[in-house]
Amino acid sequence: MANIDANEVLIDCQSVWKIFGEKAPAAMKAVAERGLSKKQILQEYNCVVGVSDASLQVRRGEIFCIMGLSGSGKSTLIRLLNRLITPSLGKVLVKGKDLSALDAAELRQMRAQHIGMVFQSVALLPHRTVLENAAFGLEVQGIAKAERNRTAAAALEKVGLGDWLSRFPSELSGGMQQRVGLARAIASDPEIILMDEPFSALDPLIRRQLQDEFRQLTKELGKSAVFITHDLDEAIRIGDRIAIMKDGVIIQVGTAEEIVLNPADQYVADFVAGISRLHLIKAHSVMVPVVDYQRQHPNSDIGSLVKTTPEADIDALIGLTMQSDRDAIAVADNGTVVGVVTARSLLAGVKGTPSHEQAAAA
Amino acid sequence: MNLESFQFSPGIYLAPTVDWLNANFHPLFAFISSVVETVLSGIEAALLALPAYALIAIVVLLALVLVNIRVSILAGLALGFCLLVGLWAASMQTIALVTVAVAISVLIAFPLGILASRVKSVEAAIRPVLDIMQTVPPWVYLIPAVMIFSLGRVPAIIATIVYGIPPMLRLTTLAFNQVPKDMLELGQAIGASPRSILFKIEIPAAKPTLLVGLNQCILLSLAMVVLAGLVGAGGLGAEVTRGLTRMEMGLGLRAGLAIVAVALLLDRLSRGALQRDRTRAAG
Repeated sequence: MANIDANEVLIDCQSVWKIFGEKAPAAMKAVAERGLSKKQILQEYNCVVGVSDASLQVRRGEIFCIMGLSGSGKSTLIRLLNRLITPSLGKVLVKGKDLSALDAAELRQMRAQHIGMVFQSVALLPHRTVLENAAFGLEVQGIAKAERNRTAAAALEKVGLGDWLSRFPSELSGGMQQRVGLARAIASDPEIILMDEPFSALDPLIRRQLQDEFRQLTKELGKSAVFITHDLDEAIRIGDRIAIMKDGVIIQVGTAEEIVLNPADQYVADFVAGISRLHLIKAHSVMVPVVDYQRQHPNSDIGSLVKTTPEADIDALIGLTMQSDRDAIAVADNGTVVGVVTARSLLAGVKGTPSHEQAAAA
Repeated sequence: MNLESFQFSPGIYLAPTVDWLNANFHPLFAFISSVVETVLSGIEAALLALPAYALIAIVVLLALVLVNIRVSILAGLALGFCLLVGLWAASMQTIALVTVAVAISVLIAFPLGILASRVKSVEAAIRPVLDIMQTVPPWVYLIPAVMIFSLGRVPAIIATIVYGIPPMLRLTTLAFNQVPKDMLELGQAIGASPRSILFKIEIPAAKPTLLVGLNQCILLSLAMVVLAGLVGAGGLGAEVTRGLTRMEMGLGLRAGLAIVAVALLLDRLSRGALQRDRTRAAG
């Protein structure tokens, strides 16, 4: 954690706990002193552990997905990041500032200017037009009407609702309503956008479309996002990094590729079992070292192999292999061949086994 | 001490309290009296300053612009009826009394209702008081009110306010409890101040139920104002009382129907405001 440049980390969540219940403080103390389990806390104190010892860092420009089933504590965790819920123990630093040290006014300012939020239920105000809804965040900050309407209209334009400004939320479809929610969040131009299962209630086609648009827009605007979902496909589609949560604990954090190739435990392994590897796994994960390849194929000339980059996915590698008359592809980084992808390593990749385990098997 | 002679009589303690209040706080009560009287007389004078036809025309036009044509026709008919049966001045007095009573009831009930929705212990404390206020026969309030403010419009209005507070307070609490949690969360997440959350999120979301509360408050206050005719509040209530004491069937019936007309007028006007809001939200 110390080796990450502090300027780059926008949200730093340090061993955060949240325990719900009347006797939460006593339960928290018991956890800290005696290390009680979740079940013991429930029995002894009648308290529920929502989030347990969660640590994560969200870097500038990154989309960070938190994936977990219902009851895993992911919605609690995202609310700890803007202190809609106050942690029982641990610290949340946003842009280097400890949220629990802020007073009410400073916290409001932090939320208004630096942290946007989009809700699963959208939470549009029914008696306001689309434009007034999108401008709402700016309105409560006291920005003059002409200016906030201009900014909100621009935000609505970005999410493709430029023609709907004077409509009411009830006239919009679910997908369009969620775009208004997103426009409202980006209108205040925050560095961080918290997305609490924003697309869960939408039908699959619209959901995929919004996922792609959201990713593109976030990258274009250079925002960081924390995205909550119960759908691993969605997490993989959107997230640069994914945290997997279960029973209030973050069990694994990594890129989609890392998680699929090296699941931390059986729970994660079961989760990723059904995920297609074709676009997920990249050449650098399945390639075998040049020396190994040469040992097995002493007569092969590496220089004459078709070359690709370490970022090429399995789908692309299969395509290249089919076009080529040789049985291997060379992976080159800046002109230097760093490894070789063989038909065998491709099959292993499709199955989800990383190269170092292939080597061990061979 | 035998059981049969034992009697619980809170009046023994209450009556001296009222007397003590009267003796020691007379200037305060006199001040309240004169303020209420002044406001009431002002409204009455305003309502009666114009010729009846002119006032009816203004109300009909306003209803047409602000609500819709049906309410505007109904307002015309209701006011026209009051004029036709010869109870115009009494009707205006009653409307003035109800307006002042409702305004004060709302001023008291609305903030208390919000407080009760925020602080559960306040709600728990207020609920039995409201139950008592609503179930004790209204005549009973009139007694201390008359003892303190003597006969006339002031005790009538005090009793009416006491009667009008419970529905408004209960429905205010309900309205604020019903504001969706995600809307409140939104307010916090965008960094809105508690004041902004109240005025821009909670009150608009609570508005339909609040208007139902206002509606109930108006109708119950009207019922009470009529009853207060007994203590010399004037208006239509006095006409009903006169009809009763003199056994004049005709007067009683005319006054009774005029009360219905005023009730319909006030109810439809306030309900019209509610419906106007809904159509805007939907369309």
